[in-house]
Amino acid sequence: MYKYYKKYVPYLFLLPAAVILILFFFIPFFETIVLSFFDYNSNIYQPVFVSLDNYITLLKSPVFYKVLWNTFIYLIVAVPFLVVFPLIIAIMINQKIKGITLYKILIYLPVIVSIVVAAIAFKWLYAQQGILNYFMALFHIPAISWLTDPNVALYSVIIVTIWKGIGYYMMIYLSALMGVPKDLYEACDIDGANPVTKHLTVTLPHLMPTIGLVTMISSISAMKVFVEIYVMTKGGPLDASKTIVYYIYERAFENLDLGIASAASVLLLLIVLVLSIINFSCFENKQYQL
Amino acid sequence: MRNFKSISRGFFIHATLIAVSLLSIFPFLWLMSTAMKGSTENIFQYPPVFFPEHLTWENFKGVWHQIPFMLYFLNSMIVAGFTVLLNLILSALAAYPLARMDFRGKKTVFYATLATIMIPFQAIMLPVYLIVLKLHMVDSVSSVMGYIGLILPFAVNAFGIFLMRQAFLAIPKEMEEAAFVDGCNVFQIWWKVLLPMVKPTLAVLAIFTFIGSWGEFLWPSIVLTKKALYTLPVGVNDLQGMFSANWRFIAAGSIIATIPILVFFIAMQKYFISGENDGAVKG
Repeated sequence: MYKYYKKYVPYLFLLPAAVILILFFFIPFFETIVLSFFDYNSNIYQPVFVSLDNYITLLKSPVFYKVLWNTFIYLIVAVPFLVVFPLIIAIMINQKIKGITLYKILIYLPVIVSIVVAAIAFKWLYAQQGILNYFMALFHIPAISWLTDPNVALYSVIIVTIWKGIGYYMMIYLSALMGVPKDLYEACDIDGANPVTKHLTVTLPHLMPTIGLVTMISSISAMKVFVEIYVMTKGGPLDASKTIVYYIYERAFENLDLGIASAASVLLLLIVLVLSIINFSCFENKQYQL
Repeated sequence: MRNFKSISRGFFIHATLIAVSLLSIFPFLWLMSTAMKGSTENIFQYPPVFFPEHLTWENFKGVWHQIPFMLYFLNSMIVAGFTVLLNLILSALAAYPLARMDFRGKKTVFYATLATIMIPFQAIMLPVYLIVLKLHMVDSVSSVMGYIGLILPFAVNAFGIFLMRQAFLAIPKEMEEAAFVDGCNVFQIWWKVLLPMVKPTLAVLAIFTFIGSWGEFLWPSIVLTKKALYTLPVGVNDLQGMFSANWRFIAAGSIIATIPILVFFIAMQKYFISGENDGAVKG
C-alpha cells in the first residue's frame, strides 16, 4: 500500500501508551525481580543484597506453604465450578424460552456489583446467627462458623468467588453457543436424539476451545483473588484463608518486608506466566496474532 | 407423549433458571431486607423475617448523614471517567500503527504489548506503588496528584490496544487512501476517518473499562491515605470499621453505594448481555 505517513509517525502514535506500559508494567516487572534479591528487614532504607535468601526463607516458611496450598485449593475448587455451572446455565438460556433477557440480567448482576459489596453481603449471610445457618437448621445441620472455623473459612470465601463469576463465564459461553451450526441440532432432532445426547455430541465438541479458554481465564483469576479475602477474613483464622496475593499484600504493605513480598510476587509471576502460555498456545483467538 | 416431554423439559429449565437467578440476587435482597428493618426489630430473629415488620428508611438516612457518599461518588466518577477517557485515546492511538502501518520494530512492540497481558497487577503492585511515590502522585502531596496516582497506572492496557487494533483491521484500506488524496494528514485520517468507524468498539471498551475502574479496590486501598479521595468501594469497606456491629447501617450503606452501578448496568444492559462482546474478554 501507498505510504502516506512519514517514518517517525508510527512511533508518535505509540508513544503515550508506551510511556504508561513501560512506567507501570515493564519497570515494575523488572523491579520486582531485583527487589526479591534484597533484604529490607533489618533496615528499610538500606537494603542488603542477599541473593536467593528471600526465596530460601519463603520455601522454609510453613506459613508460605499454607498459603500455596490454600491458593491451590482455591484453584482446584473454584475452576471446575466456574467451567461447568456457567456452561449448563448458558445451554439452558440458549434454548428458545421466554424471559431470556430477565434471566441474563439477574444472573449477570453479581458480575457488575462491586466485589466489596458482594463480600459484605455474604459476610452477613454467613453470620453465626445468620440466615444461612437458619437454612442449615431446617435440614437439621448444626450451625457452621462459616468465616471463623479454620476448616471452613477458605471454602466460604471460594463460594463468593464462584457466585460472582458465574454470570461472566455464562456470557462467554453464550457468545460461543451462537457459533454452533443450527442444522446439526436439527439433524439430531430428526434422529430423535434426547437433549442430553444432543449436547454431548454437538454442543460440547464445538465448545471445547471456549471451555479451554474459560478454564485458563478462571485459573488465572483464582490466582489473583484478593478482595473477598481482605473484606471477609483478612486471611484468617490462623492463615486458613490466606492465598498468595493476600500474603504479598500483607508482607509488602503491612510488614514492609519488601524482599519477601517480591520473592513471593516472582513466584506468582511464574505461575501466571505458565498458565498464560498454555492459554495463548492452545486457546487464544486471532486477536493476538500479528 | 412428545408434547408432554417438551413441556416437562421447559418446566425443568425454567425452574433451574429461576433458582439460579434467585441465588444470584438473594444476597442483595437479604441486605436490602436488613437495611429496611427498624431499630425495634431483631435482625438476628429466629426464624428470620424477610419482609420487615416496621418498614423504614431510617437506616439509609442515618448512614447517609455519617458517610459522605456524594464525595465518594464524585471521586469514583473522576477516577473512572478519566481512566475511560485515557484508555480510549491511548488504545486507539497505539492500535492505529499496529494495525495499519509498517515500521521498524513492529514485531517487538507487538509482542512486548502482548507480554504485559501475562503480568498480573497483583504481582507488581509493590514496585508500582514505589514508582507512584517517587513521582509524588499521592494524595499526601495534593488531591490532584492523588487522582493522577489513582488513574495513571490504569491509563492503558494491552486488552484495549488489541481490541482497537482488531477494529481498525476490519476497515478497508481504501478509506485511508481516499482521505489522503483529499488532503488529510495522518492525524486527521485517524481522528476524522478511522475513529468514527470504530465507534461501537470504542463504546465496548469504554463500558468495560468503566466497570473495571469503578469496582477497583486493591489499588486505591493501597495508595489512598485521605478519606477525601476515597472511591465508593473503599468507602464501603470502611463501613465495616465505622459501624462494627450495626448491620442495618452497613447494609444500608452497601445498598446506597450499589445504586449508581446498577443504574449504569440497566441503562447499558444490551452491551453486557447481547453475547457479542467476544473481544472484551479479559484474563
